[in-house]
Amino acid sequence: MKVVAQRPESLTDAPFHYCPGCTHGIIHRLVAECLDELNLREQAIGICPVGCAVLAYDYFNCDMLEAAHGRAPAIATGIKRLLPDRLVFTYQGDGDLASIGMGEIVHASGRGENITVIFVNNAIYGMTGGQMAPTTLLGQVTTTSPYGRTAEQAGYPLKMAELLAQNQGAAYICRTAVNNPANVMRTKKAIKKAFQTQMQAKGFSMVEILSTCPTNWGLSPLEALEWLEKNMIPYYPLGEFKVS
Amino acid sequence: MAKGRVTFRTERCKACELCVRFCPQQILSLNKTMINPLGYHPIAVVREEACNGCGICALMCPDLVITVERE
Amino acid sequence: MTKVLMKGNEALAEGALLAGCRAFFGYPITPSSEIAEYMARKMPKMGRTFLQAESELAAINMVYGAAATGNRVMTASSGPGISLKQEGISFLAEAELPSLIVNISRGGPGLGGIQPAQSDYFQATRGGGHGDYHIIVLAPSGVQEMMDFAMQGFDLADHYRIPVMIMAEGTLGQMMEPIIVREPVTDLPPKPWATTGCKGRKPNIINTLHLSPEFLEERNLHLQHKYKLIQEREAKAETFMVEDADLVVAAFGLMSRIAKRAVMDARQKGIKVGLIRPVTLWPFPEKAFQEAAEHVSKFLSVEISMGQMVEDIRLAVNGRVPVEFYGRIGLIPNPEEITRQIMKIAQQEGWV
Repeated sequence: MKVVAQRPESLTDAPFHYCPGCTHGIIHRLVAECLDELNLREQAIGICPVGCAVLAYDYFNCDMLEAAHGRAPAIATGIKRLLPDRLVFTYQGDGDLASIGMGEIVHASGRGENITVIFVNNAIYGMTGGQMAPTTLLGQVTTTSPYGRTAEQAGYPLKMAELLAQNQGAAYICRTAVNNPANVMRTKKAIKKAFQTQMQAKGFSMVEILSTCPTNWGLSPLEALEWLEKNMIPYYPLGEFKVS
Repeated sequence: MAKGRVTFRTERCKACELCVRFCPQQILSLNKTMINPLGYHPIAVVREEACNGCGICALMCPDLVITVERE
Repeated sequence: MTKVLMKGNEALAEGALLAGCRAFFGYPITPSSEIAEYMARKMPKMGRTFLQAESELAAINMVYGAAATGNRVMTASSGPGISLKQEGISFLAEAELPSLIVNISRGGPGLGGIQPAQSDYFQATRGGGHGDYHIIVLAPSGVQEMMDFAMQGFDLADHYRIPVMIMAEGTLGQMMEPIIVREPVTDLPPKPWATTGCKGRKPNIINTLHLSPEFLEERNLHLQHKYKLIQEREAKAETFMVEDADLVVAAFGLMSRIAKRAVMDARQKGIKVGLIRPVTLWPFPEKAFQEAAEHVSKFLSVEISMGQMVEDIRLAVNGRVPVEFYGRIGLIPNPEEITRQIMKIAQQEGWV
């Protein structure tokens, strides 16, 4: 018998702190598998967000930094400009990237900053306890939209992949999901493609990954996967928005 | 003789059942007779002989609990 | 040695380049923009990085990332921009990332004006952002020091793994003086903690999150220990005619040169007056004031603000000697005004 699935070298052995069924764990593993398979672990520098993935520096087995809320793309820019041959990636959630860090992400993509952004969109603030995110869907109940988000009061959820794909500096923009095995495989392919885009110095790359938050959605892990498929995918269509 | 084999780091299982839901052979189930240090009923194989080593359980596991081997 | 006529902002920028500054990230703001403009012209030709950031926040965080690679890096701004950078400065202080931050200061609060000022003293010397931290703050008084302090600033930053600020009034950035251009620095210290990719070693982590209460306290105690060391070793002041003085005027930056003129005028009028010029604003050169307090009957702090450094002098002398204040903002106190203040004190004290 030969081993076909085991822990990648680009992850440390630390157990994840995430809630049961939270798909951050799957995405961490996919990022690490791509680093392994492209032999990039020793030249990778990752930047964690503020949010549930704030502790990701304990999990990725490569050089890591922890950023102020939303600033990961600016930090990545500072690193990449001085070490252009390294693989520099940020790992950010929806509040971090699309709310408080909107300025940094738009300008990093606009400059065609040669970095890769792993954007985990679960339509809610996880770490702070389930508040409304810029990607929270209309009607979705959160602790700060207790009667459901309305367009009148809070506007519309932001479609980051579509928004950033308009920038000329963006080289690869893709949206995937991790709600079933086929989509998990597609997500891995997209992450790999994003890393390759960077290593070929083509410019800014981002994979937006629709992810679950069973705890703050108030659903079981399996119900959360269904909720993602029925509610998020229709509003946030999957696919590649920019390839160059 | 099974074509595949799955082994678990049961102490890390959070009983989310994503592996159970997607196993094509339907051979995984929570072990209700056990409670792990995290306080969950951990994952177990109910029909070892039916495992084909496809790896989908490990693909969907958010906590890297599962190692899969294949012929 | 031949001297070159240089503008303050440009001398500072050139000093940073001589010190081996590899990257500059900044956002335009009067009266500091010439630093960015100088870097934009020079750095690409030297194979170094200049980047105009989309915001002050982005600029300071680019500094954070670039400093983490172990290179000498900097940013420059003025009051309103420095306020925006405070988040990043707090993070730099805790991550112990060496970096140079320049405040070519103007008057506040709010947008204030673009006239020179010293009213960012509290912000600079108290850390400025959230948490218990300090940064080293150097206050040059002339164009030569704009260059020299940029170079020394990088040395201090590397040595103590701390952000260093150069705070200079807008006037100092804008005015020209002949200076000696220094030799470039070639020998830079190794930084084994840098995040450069973990080839051949264990991964490095640069982080400011400490969820364990015990570890958070340990980190803070570590920083305090470092700050104490810096206070003991790096506090610096210049003194002028303090030995026999009855009254000591205190002023920093360009203001200290104006005050010096007033001190000389008052000496001609027979008043025994001296001058202490803090060169480091943090650490504050308390000793110079404590020693003078042994024999002077009064201090007079002269500032381009409504009175900020005066508080540090009062803390330093701890009630032993009264400390008076004279300051303006928008306008700069001129030598005649300061002399008048000195003479007023002299009359009160019965020296004339």
